[in-house]
Amino acid sequence: MINFQYLRTTTAKSAIALLLKDKNSKFIAGGTNLIDLMKRGVTAPEKLIDINHVPLKQIELVGDKVIIGALASNTAVAENSLIKEKLPLLAMALNAGASAQLRNVATVGGNMMQRTRCGYFYDIEMPCNKRQPGSGCGAIGGFNRMHAIFGTSDKCIAVHPSDMCVALTALDAVVVLANAKGERKILFKDFHRLAGDTPQLDNNLKADEMIIRLEIPINNLVKNSHYLKVRDRASYAFALVSVAAGLEISNNKITDVRLTMGGVAHKPWRLTASENFLKGKEATVENFEQAAKLAMTDAKSFGENDFKLQMAPNSIIEALTVAKSKA
Amino acid sequence: MENQFLRDENDRVDGIYKVTGKAKYFAEYELPGLTYGVLVTSTITKGKILSLDTKAAEKAPGVISVVSHLNKPSAPGYEQEGGSPFKIFYTDKIFFNGQPIAIVVANTFEKATYAASLVKATYAKEEFNTDFEKAIGDAKAKKLQGQPDYKRGIENAYKTAEVQIEAKYHLPIETHNPMELHGIIADWRPNNQVTVYAKTQGVKATQGTIANVFKIPIENIQVNSEFVGGGFGMALRTWPVEIATVMASKHIGKPVKLVITRMQMFTMVGNRPAAVQTIGLGANKDGTLTGITHRAFGETSVYENFTEGVVNMAKFMYQCDNVNTQYFVVPVDLGVPIWMRGPGEATGAFALESAIDEMAHALDMDPLEFRIKNDPEKDQQRNKPFSDKNIKEAYRIGSQKIGWSERKNKPGSLIDGQWKMGYGVSIGVFNANRGRASVKGILKADGTLVLQSATSDIGPGTGTGMTLIASKLLGIPVNKIKFELGDSSLPPAPSQGGSATLSTVGSAVNDVCVSLKSTIAELAANSNMDATSNFVEVLKKNNLPSIEVTKQSQAGKERDDYSMYSFSIHFVKVKVHSLTGVVKVDKIVSVGDSGTIVSPKTARSQMVGGAVGGVGMALTEESIIDHRYGRYINNNFADYHVPVNADIPEIEVHFINKPDPYINPMGAKGMGEIALIGFSAAVANAVFNATGKRIRTLPITPDKILASS
Ligand SMILES: Cc1cc2nc3c(=O)[nH]c(=O)nc-3n(C[C@H](O)[C@H](O)[C@H](O)COP(=O)(O)OP(=O)(O)OC[C@H]3O[C@@H](n4cnc5c(N)ncnc54)[C@H](O)[C@@H]3O)c2cc1C
Ligand code: SF4
Repeated sequence: MINFQYLRTTTAKSAIALLLKDKNSKFIAGGTNLIDLMKRGVTAPEKLIDINHVPLKQIELVGDKVIIGALASNTAVAENSLIKEKLPLLAMALNAGASAQLRNVATVGGNMMQRTRCGYFYDIEMPCNKRQPGSGCGAIGGFNRMHAIFGTSDKCIAVHPSDMCVALTALDAVVVLANAKGERKILFKDFHRLAGDTPQLDNNLKADEMIIRLEIPINNLVKNSHYLKVRDRASYAFALVSVAAGLEISNNKITDVRLTMGGVAHKPWRLTASENFLKGKEATVENFEQAAKLAMTDAKSFGENDFKLQMAPNSIIEALTVAKSKA
Repeated sequence: MENQFLRDENDRVDGIYKVTGKAKYFAEYELPGLTYGVLVTSTITKGKILSLDTKAAEKAPGVISVVSHLNKPSAPGYEQEGGSPFKIFYTDKIFFNGQPIAIVVANTFEKATYAASLVKATYAKEEFNTDFEKAIGDAKAKKLQGQPDYKRGIENAYKTAEVQIEAKYHLPIETHNPMELHGIIADWRPNNQVTVYAKTQGVKATQGTIANVFKIPIENIQVNSEFVGGGFGMALRTWPVEIATVMASKHIGKPVKLVITRMQMFTMVGNRPAAVQTIGLGANKDGTLTGITHRAFGETSVYENFTEGVVNMAKFMYQCDNVNTQYFVVPVDLGVPIWMRGPGEATGAFALESAIDEMAHALDMDPLEFRIKNDPEKDQQRNKPFSDKNIKEAYRIGSQKIGWSERKNKPGSLIDGQWKMGYGVSIGVFNANRGRASVKGILKADGTLVLQSATSDIGPGTGTGMTLIASKLLGIPVNKIKFELGDSSLPPAPSQGGSATLSTVGSAVNDVCVSLKSTIAELAANSNMDATSNFVEVLKKNNLPSIEVTKQSQAGKERDDYSMYSFSIHFVKVKVHSLTGVVKVDKIVSVGDSGTIVSPKTARSQMVGGAVGGVGMALTEESIIDHRYGRYINNNFADYHVPVNADIPEIEVHFINKPDPYINPMGAKGMGEIALIGFSAAVANAVFNATGKRIRTLPITPDKILASS
């Protein structure tokens, strides 16, 4: 048996201290991703630091920001009345992810940190630069139906699998991280990385840091927002592509708009050019089509995921249309 | 023994045990001194093992032994047989990626798992091919095995018909993936007494295989398999890994339990073989079929051949004087396939029933009308009447329930925003079998009846069906009847497969009950009792605690005189999203024409399960291999998509429920296979009706809808 030590702590401070003590230790929250990775031999931490008892499960409105603790469960967030009222896009995205059983134990921090679902990453007999830098990328030239079309590198074309993170990127969330010395803040859209030459790094969390909470500004997108997830079955499947769309419409003009895609890049893919195009325009299908077209400017596919070049813009149009039509 | 949980007589007799955890599956048996086996599998696809270093594993904590081709205990049967079937741990040869090359046995599962990771193999690799479609291309020149060609009338008559269609259909590998993982507990005792707890569709078959491989008397082997957590065909043979576990137990002299992993479920315990099929259909302008040609290639392995009935249906399902079929199997470097629910007939029906729909479209006819027009009066292949066939009535019921009158013959006519709606229909058909089985009945003075047979129940509700047959014949309430199965020491019965159990074993139950009834009547007469007296009183009067009888039952001459089939008609309504390509099944109506329905609840469950499996086959299920490595990519339940509840709409099930006058005393025909056969074509046909897109490659995933013009 590969033995590991199991430690449990009740404060963020001691959790971080334990993490610092041993390079080969890892936090465990819901465990829904980490345990699978351990079973498949992808990772073998010597110490598991259970952070489930650290009191970071708050979901509250402070000023004009919604605060969500890193250990709030996906279900707790999705079903919370404040979230449903102020950030329905987030609730929709969470409910589109995994299954009810998984969401009940999966945490916000764990969801951000979940690793790609690329099959080569999980099979230790296969090449994968993310798992073993320099071993090659199995997906390029292989089975890449689920893979990225934006911001890819010749080292890795994996996608970040989260739904929640797509909504959070659209919502301009801020992540609060802590280390032994104190806290720092980082925009959610800058939390995850592109693969580039370092596909082994999914995000910008440092080795001595812990995710503490999210801060999400409230907005005027409540009425006209929609999370569209296109997948191979109606539930319990990762996105082929997904779109988080939020619109603020007044006098028939788009005054604010947020568009982020999932299932298309190594990180949630914010469609800034499309947003800029739509701002100040009328919410018409023609404009949505233009915005979708703009979004695809730098797209590149790898064979089995060629269909995403069509599914992605179609989904943008559909998500915007549904968002607009909400009364 | 009274079963106080049955609320009504149609309840599943073992339902309460299943939902309360009392039903014991093979892996749950605790034997004194039980040890745990974990497999080491090859990481190459083809070649030879050069070295196998087991030292570190043997030294690891808790490890008792590592068994491989280097030290396997003797299996005399392996020395006698020919090259096939596959002999585990017999040579250093590798035939497929994931092939078991050793079993590590330890005192806990975790320790065995860890130790298995320490076994190091080196290999001499050879060129391989796991790509079935490529293999077909490469195979053209070679002589392929398969089944004999069939021809009636003119070959390829479709080519000269007034209206012709020719189309090619592709099915991927599907993996059975029952919830319960495969495995076995084997306990080899001194003086060669062997007890196993198996996951099997046939306890007698498992017993026979073990006897054959180890050359020990069949009476020495006890096989138990009371509950099975789903099989779908994959437990129809005793897999080499089960033999490996028996070997390990023999080797160490302790009971060994093996439960394989979900990933191993993809490589070593069979799959529905991939297939490529070409159908040619010819018809007169008035819609009379004049030619059917069905050519199929099925996947098989290089070390064993597997064939199935892919082209059967084309030979008799439609009235047509000119029919020819051809079926070949093409070997690839993968584990050997095995029947998966509906087996080859489901594969063939996807192609044939899609093609029938294509022809109806070419003729601008309603596909239902086209089928009715070409419905045969008799079986032209065997030149015999059908024992019983009520397809037209099934069409009528099903079309009314689905709302067929709403359907427009022109594709793409029904639109609701971005959703396009369509209706599809298809037929399923499967041989209505009846084999030979024995049942023992023990009628007791306490008012109960025990029935015993070495049959299996992989889920359809065998015990429930048998109980209902007996209850009806003897007038004993179902909660006073117990049907015992899954034990090789009981009177013999065949494996549960080919939808034959109810027909085969049910007939023996019938015969036992008839015999018990006449014995009671005789006893009553002898003791001057009224002929209608209750059996309890009769037994008491005669001072008999119980009477028992064993009957063997099998089909007679009727099978020579009639052609016997079960039929199903599937109606499906779908909606397809124009922008995303997502297909949603909106409504399902399946009508079964399979004689008397002996057990209404479990029969309905069979049809519902078949429809769910059919949705999976049509829309989601596909086992994906990276042919550069010969390894499966989506070998887990997150990536191998079986339908979830959210994919399944309302399912309506109807039965014709008329006794087949010839098949067996109950007039009941099998239904496990017909529940699935043809279903995927109904979905594909509905997708065509909705969109005008004809998808000939399963599964119909959103990308295929978008790519198709
Ligand atoms: C079958 C399946 C299907 C799924 N489908 C979907 C889906 O459709 N959409 C979707 O979005 N997700 C899906 N998921 C993924 C699921 O959302 C994640 O597994 C889950 O969110 C991870 O959270 P966790 O708390 O269990 O993380 P864990 O497994 O406990 O941890 C994951 C990682 O995060 C680190 N970590 C956890 N908390 C912190 C913290 N506070 N600070 C720093 N590091 C931390 C851990 O060290 C670990 O490395 C699926 C998962 C499975 C198994
Ligand atoms: S895409 Fe990334 S994760 Fe997948 S095989 Fe390539 S390097 Fe590994």
